[in-house]
Amino acid sequence: MYRFEGLALALALFSAATPAAPVWHGLGQPLHAEEISSWDIDVRPDGVGLPAGHGSVAEGQAVYDAQCAGCHGTFGESTDYLALAGGVGTLGTSSPQRTVGSKLDYATTLWDYINRAMPFNRSKALSPNEVYAVTAYVLNLNDIIPADARLDQHSLPKVEMPNRKGFTQQHGMMRVDGKPDVQNTLCMKKCAPAPVKLTSQLPAGFATQLYGDLEGHFRRFNGSAPAVAISLSPAALAASHGCLVCHAPQQSKLGPAFVDVARRYAHTAEATTLLRDKIRHGGSGVWGNAAMPAQTAVPDQDLAQILAWILSAAPTP
Amino acid sequence: MHEKTPPRGRLRQDAALSAPPARRLFLRQLAGSAVLGAAAGAAADPLPVPDSAKQQGKPVASSPYGQPARFEANIIRRQSPGLTRTNQSSIAFTPLQSLFGIITPNGLHFERDHAGLPDIDPAQHRLAVHGLVAAPKLFSMDDILRLPSVSRLHFIECGANSGMEWGNAAMPTVQFTHGMLSCAEYTGVLLSTLLDAVGVDLRRGRYVLAEGADGASLTRTLPLSMAMDDVLLVYGQNGEMLRPENGYPLRLVVPGVQGVSSVKWLRRLEVGDAPWHTREETLHYSDLMPGGQSRQFTWIQEAKSVITSPSGGMQLLDKGGYYEITGLAWSGRGRIKRVDVSADGGRSWQPARLQEPVLSKALTRFRYDWVWDGTPALLQSRCMDETGYVQPALRQLREVRGTRSIYHNNAIQTWQVAADGGVHNVQV
Repeated sequence: MYRFEGLALALALFSAATPAAPVWHGLGQPLHAEEISSWDIDVRPDGVGLPAGHGSVAEGQAVYDAQCAGCHGTFGESTDYLALAGGVGTLGTSSPQRTVGSKLDYATTLWDYINRAMPFNRSKALSPNEVYAVTAYVLNLNDIIPADARLDQHSLPKVEMPNRKGFTQQHGMMRVDGKPDVQNTLCMKKCAPAPVKLTSQLPAGFATQLYGDLEGHFRRFNGSAPAVAISLSPAALAASHGCLVCHAPQQSKLGPAFVDVARRYAHTAEATTLLRDKIRHGGSGVWGNAAMPAQTAVPDQDLAQILAWILSAAPTP
Repeated sequence: MHEKTPPRGRLRQDAALSAPPARRLFLRQLAGSAVLGAAAGAAADPLPVPDSAKQQGKPVASSPYGQPARFEANIIRRQSPGLTRTNQSSIAFTPLQSLFGIITPNGLHFERDHAGLPDIDPAQHRLAVHGLVAAPKLFSMDDILRLPSVSRLHFIECGANSGMEWGNAAMPTVQFTHGMLSCAEYTGVLLSTLLDAVGVDLRRGRYVLAEGADGASLTRTLPLSMAMDDVLLVYGQNGEMLRPENGYPLRLVVPGVQGVSSVKWLRRLEVGDAPWHTREETLHYSDLMPGGQSRQFTWIQEAKSVITSPSGGMQLLDKGGYYEITGLAWSGRGRIKRVDVSADGGRSWQPARLQEPVLSKALTRFRYDWVWDGTPALLQSRCMDETGYVQPALRQLREVRGTRSIYHNNAIQTWQVAADGGVHNVQV
C-alpha cells in the first residue's frame, strides 16, 4: 500500500502523452486505486497499509481457540508448526527459540502474515477486526501487551517488540559488490596438518533408518531398474492432499480424529456419499468450532481411497 | 526390450554385486580376464542380437509429451523425511547426483512451496504493478508475452541450502545436502523494461515488494537498484512455459540471490520508499549470529561448489582405479574463475577443468581425473569466483557465524570414500 497513488495516476496521464516512449509502453490496462484495494494487503512497519479496525485480547482468544490452537497449541507454545510464544532472550544462546515473540522486530509483520496466510487451511478468511484481535492475543501470550489491551491501526505500529533491535544490515550480502565476512585462501600444498581428523559423520544405520535403501537414489545400469513406489498408500494420499494438517488418525486436532469419524459414520448406509459431499463442499463445524473448508482439488480416485481408509478407522500402513 | 541373457564372457555387475565381497572381487577378476580373452580373439560366442533390432518399435508420438526412459524412474525429486511438518509448506530436492552438465531438467527443478502448489489459469492471471509509478497497470499474460524478451541461464539456490549441515553432518546424499539448487535457461522480460513502461519513480522509489498468488501470498522486498539491474520477469524455462511447481505462469528470477526472492506465481509488484519487513525477511530467511543478532536482507548467495560424483550414498564398483570426479560451482557475484579438488581432506589441491560455458550467476560444471589408490580418501572441491573470493571451509564459517544461522552455508563439502568403496557425508 502506498499513499500517493492518486498523484501517481495524475502523473500517468501526463507521461502517457510523451511521444518518445517505446511502443510497448501502451501494453497493459490502467489500474485504478479501487481495483487494487483487494490485492493491496501489505502492511509496513510504519503502519502504512493497515485497514481501519480493532480487536481486544479477549476477542482474540475466542478466534485463536477456534482457528489457531489446533496447530499452534493452546498457549502458542507448540513447536509442531511454528511456536508463537516464548523464547524471548534465547536467540543469543546455544538453543535459540525462534518464535513470533522472540524474533519479530515489528508487530505489523504478525498482522500482515495472519491476514494474508492464516488460518493455514483457508487463508484470508479472517476479517480485519479478527486479525487485530488474534494479533493482540498472540502478543499477550508473549507478555508484550496486557490482557486488557485492544489494538487498532494506530496502536499496532507502536507496539515495541522485544527483538526490535535484533536485526543488522551491516553485512556483505546485501550488495553484489558487498565485502564477504569469511575468506579462504588458494593454498595448494600442505594446507592442513596430517592426519586430517573427522569432526562429524552420520551415525551408523542412520541413513537407512530414515531414507531406506539409498541404492534406489542412484542411477545404476547394472541390473533391473529399482522399483519406485508410484502408488501411494491412502495414508500418504491423505498427507499429500493436506488432510493431515487438520486431522490425525487417532487424535482430534482442528478437525476430528479419523477413528471418531469412522465410529460415527462407518455403519450408516450412505457414509461414503455423505462424507464425500462434506469433503467436496465443506462442512459447518459439526465436531467443533472450526469449519471444514471445501476440498475441490482432490481427484475422485484419491478421494475414494482416502474415504475407504478413514471409514476403516485409518489404520497405520 | 531388455536383454535377458548377458553376452557370454561378460558378467553382469548385479550378479557380481550380490555376491559376498571376496567372491565379488574374484568374479570381477574373472570378468576382466574373460573380456580380455574375448578381445584377444579367444573362443567366444557372438554377441546376441537384441529383440529391439528384430522388430518395429512403438509409433512416433506414442508419448506426445515425452517422458524419461522407464529405467530412469528413480531419478526424481525427493522430500527429506521429517524435515517439514506439512507437505504443503515443504521442499523437494533436486537429484544432483544423477544429473549431467549445468541444466536442470524442468521436472527435476527443486520445489519449495510455502502454502502448497496453486493451480493457476493463465487466462485469468494478472500482474498488478503500482505504488511509486506514474502509470499503475494491470498486465495479462498476453500483454507480458508481447513485451521485449530475453533468455538467460541462471542458478536458483534456496538460502537454506545445506542449512542442516551447520552443526554436524546430517544428510546422506548430495540431493539432500545441496539439492535446493537448480539451473535453467529462463525466458521473460527484464523487470527494468516493465518498470520503465509504468514510469517507475526512480527518485523516491527505493524498494519493490513482490507478491505471489499462492495461499500464503508470499512477499519479499527487493531493492529497486537490483530490480532495475538484471532481475527477470519469467514465463519460460528451458524452452517451455514454467512448470506449475516453479511458478506457472509467471515468476521473478533474481539472479544470484537466495531463491525465496524469486517469487513464484507472481501477481503483484509495488514500488515503495521503505522495506516491508515481511515474515520471510524477519522471522525466516534472516541469519542468526552468535550473540543473538540476525543479519537481515542477506540476499547474495556467495560462491560455493560441491562434488556430485562420487558423492554421499554412492558405492564405487571397483576398489581403486580411474574415476571422474565431477561437480558444480556457482557464485551470486558473477562467474566462476577456478575450482580445485582435494582427495586428502584439503591438505593438497589440484585444479579441475571447467566445462564451457562459464556464465555469470549460473552453474559451472567442473571435472577432474582421479585415480583412486584404493585407500580411504576425503574428496573436496573449492571454488573461486571472478571477484577473487575463495569458498571457505566450514570451520572458517563457524568461527564467524556460529552454527545456528540456518542460512547461507557455502562451506566446502567433504565426501569420505571408505576402503570398501562406500561414499559418506563427513565433516573435517
